[in-house]
Amino acid sequence: MVKTLLKSVREYKRASLITPVFMVLEVVCECLIPLMMSKMLAGNAPMGQILKYGGIMLLLACLSLTCGILGGRFAAIASCGFAKNLRKDLFYAVQGFSFKDVDKFSTSSLVTRLTTDVTNVQNSYQMCLRIVIRVPLTFIFSVVMSLSINWKLALVFVLILPFLATVLFTLMRKVMPFFRRIFKKYDALNNSVQENVGGIRVVKSFVREDYETQKFDRAASEVRNDFTRAEKMLALTSPTMMLAMYLSSMLITFIGARMIVSTGSWVDNAIVGPLVPSQLSAVITYGVQMLSSMMMLSMIVVMLTMSLESARRITEVLKQKSDLVSPENGLTEVKDGSIRFENVNFKYSERAEKYALSNIDLEIKSGETVGILGGTGSSKTSLIQLIPRLYDATDGAVYVGGENVKNYELDTLRKEVSVVLQKNVLFSGTIKENLRWGNPEATDDELERVCKLAQAHEFVSAFPDGYDTYIEQGGTNVSGGQKQRLCIARALLRKPKILILDDSTSAVDTKTDALIRKAFKEEIPDTTKIIIAQRVASVEHADKILVMEGGRIAAMGTHAELMQTSAIYRETYEMQTKKNAEEGGENE
Amino acid sequence: MKQPGAKRGMPIPKGAIKKGTMKRLLKYVFKYYKKHLIVVFICLILSAAGGLVSSVFMQQNIDKVITPGVQNGFDSVKGVLVKNLVIMGSVYLIALVSTFLYNRIMATVTQGVLYHFRKDMFEKMQTLPIKYFDTHAHGEIMSTYTNDTDAVRQLVGQSIPTLFSSTLTLVVAVSVMLTYSFIMTGVFFLCVILMAFAVKKIGGRSGRFMVAQQRSLAIEEGFVEEMMKGQKVVKVFTHEEAAKHDFDKLNEQLYSDARNAHIFGNILGPILGNIGNFTYVLLAICGGLLLVSGIPNLGFSSIAAGLQPITLGFVIPFLGMSRRSTQAVNEMSHQVSMIAMGLAGTSRVFALMDEQPEQDEGYVTLVNAEKDENGNITEAEKHTGLWAWRHYHKADGTVTYTELKGDIVLDQVDFGYVPEKQVLTDVTLYARPGQKIAFVGATGAGKTTITNLINRFYDIADGKIRYDGININKISKKDLRRSLGIVLQDTNLFTGTVMENIRYGRLDATDEECIAAAELANADDFIRRLPDGYNTMLTNNGANLSQGQRQLLSIARAAVADAPAMILDEATSSIDTRTEALVNDGMDKLMKGRTVFVIAHRLSTVRNSDAIMVLDHGRIIERGTHEQLIEQKGVYYQLYTGAFELE
Repeated sequence: MVKTLLKSVREYKRASLITPVFMVLEVVCECLIPLMMSKMLAGNAPMGQILKYGGIMLLLACLSLTCGILGGRFAAIASCGFAKNLRKDLFYAVQGFSFKDVDKFSTSSLVTRLTTDVTNVQNSYQMCLRIVIRVPLTFIFSVVMSLSINWKLALVFVLILPFLATVLFTLMRKVMPFFRRIFKKYDALNNSVQENVGGIRVVKSFVREDYETQKFDRAASEVRNDFTRAEKMLALTSPTMMLAMYLSSMLITFIGARMIVSTGSWVDNAIVGPLVPSQLSAVITYGVQMLSSMMMLSMIVVMLTMSLESARRITEVLKQKSDLVSPENGLTEVKDGSIRFENVNFKYSERAEKYALSNIDLEIKSGETVGILGGTGSSKTSLIQLIPRLYDATDGAVYVGGENVKNYELDTLRKEVSVVLQKNVLFSGTIKENLRWGNPEATDDELERVCKLAQAHEFVSAFPDGYDTYIEQGGTNVSGGQKQRLCIARALLRKPKILILDDSTSAVDTKTDALIRKAFKEEIPDTTKIIIAQRVASVEHADKILVMEGGRIAAMGTHAELMQTSAIYRETYEMQTKKNAEEGGENE
Repeated sequence: MKQPGAKRGMPIPKGAIKKGTMKRLLKYVFKYYKKHLIVVFICLILSAAGGLVSSVFMQQNIDKVITPGVQNGFDSVKGVLVKNLVIMGSVYLIALVSTFLYNRIMATVTQGVLYHFRKDMFEKMQTLPIKYFDTHAHGEIMSTYTNDTDAVRQLVGQSIPTLFSSTLTLVVAVSVMLTYSFIMTGVFFLCVILMAFAVKKIGGRSGRFMVAQQRSLAIEEGFVEEMMKGQKVVKVFTHEEAAKHDFDKLNEQLYSDARNAHIFGNILGPILGNIGNFTYVLLAICGGLLLVSGIPNLGFSSIAAGLQPITLGFVIPFLGMSRRSTQAVNEMSHQVSMIAMGLAGTSRVFALMDEQPEQDEGYVTLVNAEKDENGNITEAEKHTGLWAWRHYHKADGTVTYTELKGDIVLDQVDFGYVPEKQVLTDVTLYARPGQKIAFVGATGAGKTTITNLINRFYDIADGKIRYDGININKISKKDLRRSLGIVLQDTNLFTGTVMENIRYGRLDATDEECIAAAELANADDFIRRLPDGYNTMLTNNGANLSQGQRQLLSIARAAVADAPAMILDEATSSIDTRTEALVNDGMDKLMKGRTVFVIAHRLSTVRNSDAIMVLDHGRIIERGTHEQLIEQKGVYYQLYTGAFELE
């Protein structure tokens, strides 16, 4: 996992390697400074001694400052750069996803991975570069220094350390699972807010404000209780640390005082001997450093384990390898708009019990108009998604322009097979920008032409800003029907050989719907058109109509043929038009 | 749901801090945790004092124990040493206990404050008008609960206490320093001024970049969210490369802001730390000079004891204390940018709490009712299937009951989501009890808007709406809405079992009643085929169901609510025609005896309505039964037959 992540360091490797070097130097200086302090004030601290060691100390401080600044700078560059590359790799990975992969991850989870999770990993990375090296080093240095000053005194700290370590790490081990559970509850809490905000009309319509508040209150209380419990446990850490610190400094004061008194002598108004008071305070300073680096270490362990979960979530996306990729030297031209399904079976995942499509054999000639009807869940959408290779057929093969779809470059295939998805979206930006997704080089005249075809020109021109009207995120400032027509125009701009409309006119009124179909027939006669619809009227005049049921083609033929042969078709047709006929047949 | 094209509200931009936020936050915290905070305050003082005490004792030990000890032998000072250690131990013990208490109490306070914040926010949010939700991006609202609340946690749990305890340490240290030596304290002050200057310069820049980083992060997050939502469209249009290109630009910007914020944040520590070292040396030299020169020492303690020259026993602990103090300044400096971010988050949280709630001056309420043989209406305890409006007359203090029949009248109603743009003009319609009224018209003609007015999601600009003869402004909103069942085009299901989702319609409905409702909506069949039947967990707005199945569930939910009147907004748009026939059958049963407003694109759905209103640009241009409208050969006729006429 860590290896996968570290691949994203790339150009920031230098900064990442150089940071610890500066950190080491900084630590060395920092650890020498207390020693200089003690030397400076040793004995009765004559001025010459103060100036000498004070000078050294200042030099050390300057060096430490330089290293600290450089180290901090490189750490910032390295960690922010690493985060940048991680976000980039994640985003690129998602761009390489197949539809199947997209189905697997929800939007919000991908967004969290790209933001919060990356930030967590970034912080841990910076911490690793700066502190993880620093802490053990400070620790070792302090031990060495204090032992060298007076090993007998330093022994007190060394003895008290295991006690502190045991308590701290036991505590952390106890608290960790708590936090993991809290994060889950926290997610649930946020989820409930999200649902409430999204469904606020339902909440208000059913007057469920109080109920929702109670529900939220329960979730919030749970988070509060668990969090308080965990933090109360953590509240033991600093008193433990203090206990160790105070206990040892008292012991050292006692032993040290005794030692100085029994071995030292009074010469020239100062104490001389194997141990002097200034050394005593230096030992205490190093000891405190030792203990606090131990505490830091335990905190780091906790923080790193917490960010492990984030790291795992990121690697999950990075490692997701799409099984749907362009072949090497794929074909870059589609001959015509003919389509053939040969004995196709399809299911969405290997584990699925039921096939979404079974035994599909189908032949569509280039330029034909094909209608597809069928109930919800009859796999109409699954069928057409195999044509631009949004999914791969499980068995059998799909041919476009006489070639297996797997032999085409994906870009080529998808450019020639343009799908207007059922769940379609417009992006924030002007109408022009949205349309140009279909073809970045399209001229304004072309934009207008396709909009006329899709019956969108009229309403677009009615906007004050016309084609420069800004579409809000999710297309919220145009109506459902307008959105659908813009999506159709966008798809037309690709000048595809095959155009597929997946229930793309459901929000468009019948009249406009008919106008769109008429325009298709007259203006793009050579394009193969596949239309999935609920209304029989939308497909009635197609060259061929498929009736889908339970993942199979239940019937196929022209309107007249199906009226004879398919009970489902006839039933649907009659249900939608029966009363017209009764009312005097003014339609025929 | 359709957005009424209203202008975005004016959210507080990222990073802005409203004046008085800190005061309000402290007041809020004090409201709930006054006693706790007093204890915390005492604990903080005690532990700050404890932290400093070691330096004081060091001086005591050197001057009173070690120095005389070396001269006169250990036994002569043993008593003093033990006495000192005992005092030291007790001070430490107090510091230790108070730190422990402080940590524990702060855990309670911090989490408690967060809980109250969340609760207040959510409660407030439930009272806000639909307009608020239409004019604020949902991501933005969510961010108040996540990022901003997190910022509050940081502020209350960490930044403020740290700031407070560091200040205390500083104050205590400085007062002890003053007892030792005025001159050295003066030198120390000079250094602190230098540190403050560094904090202002570097910390200020770090804070500015921090804010810039938050902004870039929000922009990138928005972009990513939009692209991820439209990922399938991106793929269909092979737009991946363009998306990557756009992303890279935003990502570079974020990198550059983040890097600058971190650089300045990272270097502040070493700079302050080394100013601390510098101070130390300076003070040592100063102390050395004082020692050598032997000039009388000025300090509170020495003033009391008569002016003596300074001793080493003063200089050493003074240096220790200066070190402790510069560390405190360093700690404080880390909180500067944190506090700025925390207050910005707190401002947004308060902004949500300050939103204007939905006004409800209605006093007519909905009650269960019974009717005796004379037709007199009395209030009933239980659900009787009969409802009445309870009308309290303030003037004479009497109460009258009006039977709920479902007679809804719109009288010359005008309305616009924003004053500049009128959406409905002069809409008049009569829905008699039990009638089915359909709205037909192009998208954007104002069909949904009318229903938004009937249940008072929005208030009309001009005209009147009457429900059983009562102006709906007089009816309490909750009761008005309770009397109107609703099925919306966009289904919203909640995390929970299928059964719980159906029961959402009426919380006291039994399992049997829920199942009966599902059967009515023809949802029972598919529910039973789900892995756990009615106990199947739904997550993510029922992501594991098809759109049609979700709609069947929302119809079942409305059925169990059993409201006397109903609004069906495109309720069957995603159900295929054959299933729709089944649903319609159930709906017919559901609609029986109720006043129903139906919005549908599919004209087959509205054909059997008692009246059909054809809307165009916010006006009713045709009205009548299906037969009458066909007869008229107007717009409805064209809509209805349009598909055929063109051929």
